Amino acid sequence: MLSGPRTATDRANLPYCHESFHNLQELRHSASLANKVFIQRDYSEGTVCKFHTKFPSELDSRIERTLFEDTVKTLNNFYAEAEKIGGQSYLEGCLACATAYLIFLCIETRYEKVLKKISRYIQEQNEKIYAPRGLLITDPVERGMRVIEISVYEDRGSSGSTSGSSSTTSSSGQ
Amino acid sequence: MSAVMISRKATRKWEKLPGKNTFCCDGRIMMARQKGVFYLTLFLIIGTCSLFFAFECPYLAVHLSPAIPVFAVLLFLFVMSMLLRTSFSDPGVLPRALPEEASFIEMEIEAANGNVPAGQRPPPRIKNVQINNQIVKLKYCYTCKIFRPPRASHCSICDNCVDRFDHHCPWVGNCVGKRNYRYFYLFTLSLSLLTIYIFTFDIVHVVLRSVDSGFVSTIKETPGTVLEVLVCFFTLWSVVGLTGFHTYLISLNQTTNEDIKGSWSGKNRVQNPYSHKNIIKNCCEVLCGPTYPSVLDRRGVLVDIPNPSTPGAPSTVNSNPVPQTTKTTAPLIPNEHTPEEAKPSIGATSPKEEKPSTPRDASLKSPSNPAVIKESAH
Repeated sequence: MLSGPRTATDRANLPYCHESFHNLQELRHSASLANKVFIQRDYSEGTVCKFHTKFPSELDSRIERTLFEDTVKTLNNFYAEAEKIGGQSYLEGCLACATAYLIFLCIETRYEKVLKKISRYIQEQNEKIYAPRGLLITDPVERGMRVIEISVYEDRGSSGSTSGSSSTTSSSGQ
Repeated sequence: MSAVMISRKATRKWEKLPGKNTFCCDGRIMMARQKGVFYLTLFLIIGTCSLFFAFECPYLAVHLSPAIPVFAVLLFLFVMSMLLRTSFSDPGVLPRALPEEASFIEMEIEAANGNVPAGQRPPPRIKNVQINNQIVKLKYCYTCKIFRPPRASHCSICDNCVDRFDHHCPWVGNCVGKRNYRYFYLFTLSLSLLTIYIFTFDIVHVVLRSVDSGFVSTIKETPGTVLEVLVCFFTLWSVVGLTGFHTYLISLNQTTNEDIKGSWSGKNRVQNPYSHKNIIKNCCEVLCGPTYPSVLDRRGVLVDIPNPSTPGAPSTVNSNPVPQTTKTTAPLIPNEHTPEEAKPSIGATSPKEEKPSTPRDASLKSPSNPAVIKESAH
């Protein structure tokens, strides 16, 4: 999962947003949080966890559409795998019930395994694709599986025109 | 418990969670505030079973079969573990929206509503989604500042939005929702079986003993029997009825909440979009579906950060903890300011939460070692 800063100095360099990466340290030094974009859940197939793949207009100039859509589609596939109701989930459910659910003391549930895969995937995507473009994806599980939060960072040096919007956005939350 | 800048005693997130839940064992156990009826449930079950083991079992083990008390013990343990699991686990609480998310949603709503003439009430905040060719209305929750996912509902007793909200059960002292519905159902089912079992063997015991020594002296020798029979008799009707009702709901893939509101009662040709139209499939989904992890990171550690050096950052820092009982207008949980969350541990890590402990969220950072703030990258 996302790692916290290791030293107090690193913490002091954080914007108010809590996540930080070691390899985002440079971003932190020179960038400030400008905006956050929220990708909402897609309920068209019921209550399964799925996010809209529609490309938000705020990211138009920041990242290629296909990269973004690939990320969201992969995440959707992960969640579909976690929530799949089939032979394996029945087996897990029946075995767990037979042991009065004590078996979960020893083994991880399938959902938890997939969530770990997801957090590794998000970390990898952040490192390779999003951080170089000044973006940062937050794992949906930290937001109650409701949204994919994408933080948009602006270069501090060039923030003359954007600082106004960033302070409005950041301070509007009550 | 105050969070200090360099915290010697780590503040965990459960201490700052809004809502009216009580937490025990440093966040491992989560219940509603009113627990009186839950204690009554415990007392009735443990009391009746103790009387059974004390009075009936010795006689039955000798005169009929030793398997009888053995099976009773297993059934009793199963009932207790299901009860504790239902009562102590997170029912599927949806965390409240953080400030940016809340304002993002507000902006969307305002954009959708357009300009409302002065003096007119703004239209109700509803989103329509199409699920399996049915239009389902998602309502906005003013307390949690989110559009509730389908089947979620806000519990006014616990002051939380709960996913797949069934009902708030005072007997188990908790809400029944997505994460603990199957435990609740297994609890009612096993309790029905236990009640029937004890009732039956009470009668058998009285009959067998009366043949030997007469009815009145039997009652004198085992006075507990009368009490047990009374408790079982009244419990039978309610618990067996409840089990039957929930079996019916499961076969239709409905929640108690939907049933009471008549959401899918067929008027206006609205059908349940979540049902697979097949009883077996519905039962399998509800009872053998995936075990959902909790999205409330109760045992994650809150760390104070010094004043952020970046311009344009908001002034709220972790030193303004959110009071636990605030409602709609309160600033939201300060999780936002947490610079780090503890590392997920492999496998289930909460040993004491319930009798069989719930698997902790692997991707949420809940350390099993309370003193350490884990920072390592995954």
